[in-house]
Amino acid sequence: MYDTPNLENKVVTNETKISARGCQVYYGDTHAIKDVDVDIEDKTVTAFIGPSGCGKSTFLRCLNRMNDTIDVCRVEGDITLDGEDIYDPKVDPVQLRAKVGMVFQKPNPFPKSIYDNIAYGPRIHGLAKNKADLDDIVEKSLRRGAIWDEVKDRLDAPGTGLSGGQQQRLCIARAVATEPEVLLMDEPCSALDPIATAQVEELIDELRQDYSVVIVTHSMQQAARVSQKTAFFHLGNLVEYGETGQIFTNPQDPRTESYITGRIG
Amino acid sequence: MSEFMKDPHIVKSYDRDLETAQALIMKMGGLVEAAILEAANSLENRDEELAERVREGDRAIDALEQQINEEAARLLALRQPSAGDLRTVLTVMKISGNLERVGDYAKNMAKRTGVLVQMAPIDGSTGAIRRMAKAVEMMMKDALDAYIQRDAELAQDVRLRDAEVDQMYNALFRQFLTFMLEDPRNITACMHLHFIAKNIERMGDHATSIADQVIYLVTGSVPEDERPKADRTAFETHDTP
Repeated sequence: MYDTPNLENKVVTNETKISARGCQVYYGDTHAIKDVDVDIEDKTVTAFIGPSGCGKSTFLRCLNRMNDTIDVCRVEGDITLDGEDIYDPKVDPVQLRAKVGMVFQKPNPFPKSIYDNIAYGPRIHGLAKNKADLDDIVEKSLRRGAIWDEVKDRLDAPGTGLSGGQQQRLCIARAVATEPEVLLMDEPCSALDPIATAQVEELIDELRQDYSVVIVTHSMQQAARVSQKTAFFHLGNLVEYGETGQIFTNPQDPRTESYITGRIG
Repeated sequence: MSEFMKDPHIVKSYDRDLETAQALIMKMGGLVEAAILEAANSLENRDEELAERVREGDRAIDALEQQINEEAARLLALRQPSAGDLRTVLTVMKISGNLERVGDYAKNMAKRTGVLVQMAPIDGSTGAIRRMAKAVEMMMKDALDAYIQRDAELAQDVRLRDAEVDQMYNALFRQFLTFMLEDPRNITACMHLHFIAKNIERMGDHATSIADQVIYLVTGSVPEDERPKADRTAFETHDTP
C-alpha cells in the first residue's frame, strides 16, 4: 500500500540534530549499547522502542550525558549535537542539559510552587534579567506545556498538588523553560490516564515545530501516533531505524516485526 | 493452519482471530470456485436446476463476506494490528470483496443460463465458455493457495495467466460477432453468451487482484510492473471477419 502523504505528520526537515557513531555503553562488564549509529533529525519526533532492557533508555540518557552520574557507566564512540562532540571535556554537562532537556517517566515536580518549578532553570542559567522577564518566561513555558489555563490563577500553589497529567505537563513546561533544542522523554505517559496521555501527545506534536523530540515508549501505539521516525532496539543493538509508517506497516527486519506484532521472537 | 504463520503471538487468542478470518476466506473461496464451475456446467448441460442452485448459493457467499468484514473490523478495533498482521487484515478485507464480486458474476451467468436454455444452442460456444471458466477457476484456486501459503511466486504466475483468459474472451467475442452477423436470430442468445464470457473475463481480473494482494501481503508492496493484457475487444469494430 502507498503511504498517503499526511501533511501534519510530514517530516519537515532532514537536518540532523544529533548524530551518534559507533556508540558503545558499558555498565561495568555489561555491554549495554553495541555500536549504535544513528542520525536524529531536527524538528522531528523520534521514538525509541524495544523490549525492557534493550538499551533504549540507556541510549537516550547518553544524549544529554545523564549516564555521567552513574559511576560504573562508560560511554564510547562519538555523539554530536549540531556537529559538536557532546563528550568533549570542554563541554559543561549542566549547559548541555539546558540545551538537551529531559522529561521522566514519573512526573517529578520540585516541592515548590508552580511558578518556582518553571523559574528554577532560567534562574540558575541566568536567562532572565528581571522579575518581569522571568514572569514572561514562566507564562510562555506554561503555555507551551499546554497547562497555563489550568494553573494561571494558582501559580503559588505547590506543583506537587496538581494531578498526575498536570504534573507531567508542568515538567514538560519546566524542561522547555531553558529554551532547549532537544527534548528527551523517557516514558512520559506511562503513569498517565488516556486523556492526560492524549494531551501530552498533542503537546509533543506541537513541540515538534520548535524542537527535536526523542521519546522512549513501551506503547507501540504511542510511538506510531506521535513519531515520524522510529528506532527499534534489541539486546543493545539498533536493529532498525526508519520512517514510522514504514516500520509499522512493513518492517524490514524479522526481529522488528516479531516485536511490534507481539510475537515470541 | 498455523504452519504458514510466523512465530505465534504471545497472546494466543490473537492468532485464533487471524486464523478465523483467513479460514472464512478459504471457505468463501471454496464456494466461489464451485459456483464458477457449476455455472459453466449448467450452461453446457442446459441444466436449469443446477443454474438455480448457483443463484441460490450466492446468498451464502454474500453472508460470508459480511461475516469477514465484521471479523476484520473487530480485529482492527481490538488488536490494532501492525506490520504483517495489519497486511493480513487488509488483504482479508480486499480478497473477500473480490470473491463477493466473482460470486455475483457466477450468479449472473446462472440467470442468463435460465434464458439460454429456452433457445436453440449456439454451436461450440458453451464448451469454449466452460474451458474459459475452468481456466479462471484454476487461477482462483492457485491465487487462494498462494494466499494461504504466502507464496508470492505462485501469485505472480496467476497474474501472468490472466492474459490467456483475455485471449479466450477475444476469440469468443469475435465468434459471437460472426454468428450475429450471419443470422440476426442469433443475436439474443449471442448477447447473453457474450455477457457470460465477459463475466468470466472479469472473474479472471478478480483472481489477478487477489494475486496482487498476496504479493502485497508477502512483500509489503503492490506489484507495479505492467502485466501483459490481451483484451483487445475495446478497440474492435464490427466489420471484423
